[in-house]
Amino acid sequence: MNETLTKNERSEHLVLQKREFLSFVLGDEQYALDIMSVKEIRGYEPVTKIANAPSFIKGVLNLRGDIVPIVDLRIKFDVGEAKYDEFTIVIMLNVFDRIVGIVVDAVSDVITLSEDDIKPPPEFGVAFDTKFLHGLAEVNEAMVIIVNIESLISSESLALFDSSNQDGQE
Amino acid sequence: MSIDVEQFHQVFFDESEEHLQTMEALLLEIDPFAPDPESLNSIFRAAHSIKGGSGIFGFSGLGGLTHVMENLLDKARHGEQELTKEIINQLLKTTDLLKSILQDYRTGTSLNHSEIDEGICALEKTINGESCEKKRMDVAEDDNDGFGFFELDDGDDTNQENDSTGFGLFDDSDCSDAPYLDDSDEAKESQEAFGFFDDEESTAGQGAFANVDCQKEPLIESSANSPRKIGEAGKNPLPPSSSSKKVTSIESKSIRVDTSKVDLLVNLIGELVITQSMLTVQGTSEAPDAKEKLQLGLVELERNTRELQEAVMSMRMLPISFVFNRFPRLVRDLAEKLEKDVELQIEGGATEIDKGLIEKLVDPLTHLVRNSIDHGIERPQVRLERGKAKSGVITLSAAQRGGNIVISIRDDGAGLDKERILEKARQNALSFNPNGTDEDVWNLIFAPGFSTADSVTDISGRGVGMDVVKRNIESIGGRINISSVQGEGSSFSISVPLTLAIVDGMCVASGDQVFVVPLVTIVESIQPLPQQLRSMGNEKLLWVRDRYWPILNLAKRMDIDHAVEQPTDAIIILIESSKKRFGLMIDKLLGQQQVVIKSLEQHYRRVPGAAGATIMGDGHVAIILDVESLSEDINTEAAERQTNERNVDQKRAI
Repeated sequence: MNETLTKNERSEHLVLQKREFLSFVLGDEQYALDIMSVKEIRGYEPVTKIANAPSFIKGVLNLRGDIVPIVDLRIKFDVGEAKYDEFTIVIMLNVFDRIVGIVVDAVSDVITLSEDDIKPPPEFGVAFDTKFLHGLAEVNEAMVIIVNIESLISSESLALFDSSNQDGQE
Repeated sequence: MSIDVEQFHQVFFDESEEHLQTMEALLLEIDPFAPDPESLNSIFRAAHSIKGGSGIFGFSGLGGLTHVMENLLDKARHGEQELTKEIINQLLKTTDLLKSILQDYRTGTSLNHSEIDEGICALEKTINGESCEKKRMDVAEDDNDGFGFFELDDGDDTNQENDSTGFGLFDDSDCSDAPYLDDSDEAKESQEAFGFFDDEESTAGQGAFANVDCQKEPLIESSANSPRKIGEAGKNPLPPSSSSKKVTSIESKSIRVDTSKVDLLVNLIGELVITQSMLTVQGTSEAPDAKEKLQLGLVELERNTRELQEAVMSMRMLPISFVFNRFPRLVRDLAEKLEKDVELQIEGGATEIDKGLIEKLVDPLTHLVRNSIDHGIERPQVRLERGKAKSGVITLSAAQRGGNIVISIRDDGAGLDKERILEKARQNALSFNPNGTDEDVWNLIFAPGFSTADSVTDISGRGVGMDVVKRNIESIGGRINISSVQGEGSSFSISVPLTLAIVDGMCVASGDQVFVVPLVTIVESIQPLPQQLRSMGNEKLLWVRDRYWPILNLAKRMDIDHAVEQPTDAIIILIESSKKRFGLMIDKLLGQQQVVIKSLEQHYRRVPGAAGATIMGDGHVAIILDVESLSEDINTEAAERQTNERNVDQKRAI
């Protein structure tokens, strides 16, 4: 009885694992992130600088009354050239009830992948630390790097959250 | 058909709390020798309302206690029971207990039945003058003979209480179901229970009924509470400090708003909608005077917005008496404990202040009032020796001054002792200026770990107090000032902004960025002349207002390019924070405006030097500067030294 249940659960799980990802471009590489964490996509606008913040934190922006930090992943991971023109895109993410904008070179597509399509990431060769990666996927004969955006945004190296805030002490 | 009774619980809790507050206030005013019948009636009514409500909702812990209280009050108002100071004290203790029971029901924590028993017994004792223990036994028998009503349910009751459901003593078998009254039968039963209270009251059987509680309660006690707990309760049935803390620590989530304020808001929204549709029409109109009309519409919109803002803010405003009203009790208890005669005067209790601030003011004010009683007011004989009135006076006052509320605590006690403060500062190795003004000396008491009390009491003197008071007040954007004359008394005045959401700010530009400086911190803004500037190593000092001010370059601090580099081309804002004075160098002033404070922490993190952010008219984000944290980096020593030297030079020249 128990076994059949778990089997059912597992198959259901596999079906649910078919997820949609938003693919984007950083430098020459194709990346993708879970589309459920995307709030909106907009063009780059000048931001208000924050003193003494790391260079990849461009500053803060007014998103309809919310003050939202903007992170340039190109600077953070040293890929491509951090230039800002009319094609530069900001993806607004909604992660852990917070809104964070990330600057990318372009957004390309929405792709649907099942868990089987995602291969484990290599130990080296990508700009991202592997702990921020879900894995790699082959889409239209090109390699797409699937980013675990939640762990990236909440990571200490990005320092977007107050550590005390996380513990709910603030 | 089902009725969710729980939806009414909140209302009951709120109302009961109000009744308890009324009771407490009246009890404090009452003169035991010549009680005002009207206040006795009011107290009685309040107790009765709580009892009735608790009967309906099955809050038996409240019902039992209020019932006994009611008996006592009823006797008192009919002149059958003489009031004494002890009885009033007992009644006050009971209100404390009721408050804590209410809180337990509100938070859903289990009741401390032994405390309730203690309370009931103590009251019983005052009514009958006999020990409660003995009475219980007698009544147990009486009850079995006479009150069929109870007999029926007794068995049930016992069972339930053994299950330690926390309900049970007052409303018979349905009490534990009461919160889910979805069955009409049960609803009826609870109605019965309610009606039955009323009956009881009008008949002569009151005493017996009250005694029944006592008889039933021990069942709970024996089953639910350990002996240890009872012992504790016996030793110190109600420490006043802990009970009052318990009440204040819970922030109330709901506010009662005058309906007229809501109506005003509805009207304003109506006007806003009209203005909006007017603007839509005028915005698309091609008529020659369209622009002019649009302008008028915008003026109208501005007026609407401002009124709307005021209306919404006024809803959050509560009279400061919400804080002040707890002090008569505190003062009375403390004065008694310390054997001092203290009279409390309250002024400006109707001054309105933001609800969020009220909650944050409670602790600092409590601390200051305690300090005044403990350290400030002298003992009666000392006061007489010094030629003062026997009883000391503490005055709590509140008044609105511009965008601030000024709250002051004055006492006519001994005042701060300058020598002792300095001595303590030396002992604690605090850095201070021995030639400083009185004010500088007074400010030493805000240093962490400072206490001049010779002995540490549980009231004050642990030395953790004043720095916490100061920090609490600063955390809500306020300031605290001390003035004191030895032998005549001291006065602490706290100035806090009316509201936390909006701040009056000066918008300034540095490079291509805009910052907001809170207006309250600005002394003046000047463009310095070359002869006013002086370099001291890396530091630049500005001579103005007869002293040197260290200069902080905002562009450097905030890492901004393309800012003005020469102080003579820039504007310097003289800023006074609570600790330091300094000049903030910026490019230019943009103008003064009210800004809405937005949190940076919500989506990002705390930023050093920033109190928050705001959104300017053009949609851009501007950082609101946190003057306190900016001033931390500044070294004021050089400026102080230079000021002193120059003053000495000047004196010599004269």
